[in-house]
Amino acid sequence: MGRTIAEKVLSAHSDTDCSPGDIVVASVDYCMAQDGTSKLMISELENLGFDRPKTARGMAVVLDHSSPSPSVAVSRIHDDIRRFSNAHGVELHDVGAGVCHQVIPESGQIMPGDLVVGADSHTCTYGALNLCSTGLGSADVAAAAHTGRLWFRVPDSYKVDIHGELADRVAPKDLILDLIGSMGADGATYKSVEMGGSAVDTMPMDGRMTMANMVVEMGAKFGPFPFDEVTRSWYRGLGVDAESGVSSDEDAEYEKTVDVDASDVVPKVAVPHRVDDVHDVTDLAGVDISQAFLGTCTNGRLSDLRSAAEILRGKKVANGVRLIVAPSSRSVLLEALRLGVIQTIVTAGGVLIAPGCGPCVGTHAGIPSDGEAVISTANRNFLGRMGNNRDVSIYLGSPETVAASAVTGRITDPREA
Amino acid sequence: MKIRGRAHRFEPNDDINTDYIISGRYKFSIDDMNELAKHVMEDIAPDFAGSVHEGDVVVAGRNFGCGSSREQAPRALKAAGVGAVIAKSYARIFYRNSFNIGLPLIECDTDWIADGEFLTIDFDGGVVVGESPGSQASFTPLPSTMQTLLDDGGLIPHLKKHGGFSFD
Ligand code: SF4
Repeated sequence: MGRTIAEKVLSAHSDTDCSPGDIVVASVDYCMAQDGTSKLMISELENLGFDRPKTARGMAVVLDHSSPSPSVAVSRIHDDIRRFSNAHGVELHDVGAGVCHQVIPESGQIMPGDLVVGADSHTCTYGALNLCSTGLGSADVAAAAHTGRLWFRVPDSYKVDIHGELADRVAPKDLILDLIGSMGADGATYKSVEMGGSAVDTMPMDGRMTMANMVVEMGAKFGPFPFDEVTRSWYRGLGVDAESGVSSDEDAEYEKTVDVDASDVVPKVAVPHRVDDVHDVTDLAGVDISQAFLGTCTNGRLSDLRSAAEILRGKKVANGVRLIVAPSSRSVLLEALRLGVIQTIVTAGGVLIAPGCGPCVGTHAGIPSDGEAVISTANRNFLGRMGNNRDVSIYLGSPETVAASAVTGRITDPREA
Repeated sequence: MKIRGRAHRFEPNDDINTDYIISGRYKFSIDDMNELAKHVMEDIAPDFAGSVHEGDVVVAGRNFGCGSSREQAPRALKAAGVGAVIAKSYARIFYRNSFNIGLPLIECDTDWIADGEFLTIDFDGGVVVGESPGSQASFTPLPSTMQTLLDDGGLIPHLKKHGGFSFD
């Protein structure tokens, strides 16, 4: 019987011929943690008597969540992480490198067909590169680093077939918000969600990463994309050869198949405080905002900054609105500088902050005040997410929607900007 | 194994995410689990941390623990004294994390459980019993992988005890 990408990757890594529901102990190719989850992981590793990572291609730690450090307490955590990585042969991506979910793919350390784990829930982002990756807790990642292996329950797979073409100023973010809205926050719990179809075939890597990033918002474990010329040339850009990948068999069995016509999708906004409470932007047009945030592991990539800059060119951010911009990595920042994208955004009134998570999780760099509404390109809008208790409303949209809204001071349909 | 404790329910009941269990803003400022325990559930139930007793049971609807991978979420619940969680379903990272740190999770219908009601959970018998006559629900006993992890005291103790993974 045919097999899905998840079944093939887990079979190959466990020397078994596994099916959904089986529990396998599989070898792990790469693992990572970030500054918010490393501390627990390090103490768990110390407890285990950790020496060097046993994962096939090693391990990385990224200082991105609260970076540069806003407090003495965080500075001490960062210091501990630096010492730990030095002592144990762990690759350190220090302050300014960017968000883990851009830095790790760019590092060229993870390859199509790999099995990758990370102590961060959005580790599923790397599915865009035609591999199986998933977020786990600190103990699991410590176990993977220490033994090179980890237990997995083989997931059932869903197939999402996206055809048609996205209209102008409608983004992959809108596609994935639309999908999450229709599936629900637990609509794909434990599943591997395989993305494919003609709209995916023509989608650049940045957009694939945006979509894979958010599969966890419907509960999914993996979000693998196909291996194709887009994958190959993306790796070529890194100077890495990726000649082959993994694809599902013609007769693979899917628990569910979802058809999406991309040409039906319009700009979408997730309203407070649920990622699956998704509406057309036109239903929300006019909601006043105080802060607009362009960045995160969902939408801080070059194409995101470019699309936003296109809307901001020659315009000004509205009075009373702060537009905060965090490129997702140093190389994204450099390329955006080279292309004049940053110049355009800052001229319009944008505030450039260090590559990293920025204010996404509310630890620093743009924490909203009481009663404010924020439009953000992030992936989560939970109550209290951006550092304030109960009194901030977070709306999620595409880079286009965020830029258009920053200019008017109200949630705005980017097709009208 | 049996646990007896008071049920705590929250509003909302479905999709209680890890930010609600322990807000992301504490993950850098506090790393002592007992301190963290004082803030558990604070954004949706400010009185919870002060009222929970050792062995009490958190009761929820669907998709408990969705959101971030922070292991502080089950750890803070455990440090606060929570003996088990009963929910209709769980988000997968939270599910793994809980067993990895030794917090048992039970999956069954929870609509019948009232806030404040005393519950007895019989893990081996696979049944949760409430206070009023006849109020109870059965659940499928834990998968053997999870039971092994709990028996060994969590994932790290499991690895130390067996020198690696040992599930059969
Ligand atoms: S950008 Fe936000 S969602 Fe992404 S890794 Fe950082 S904190 Fe998490």
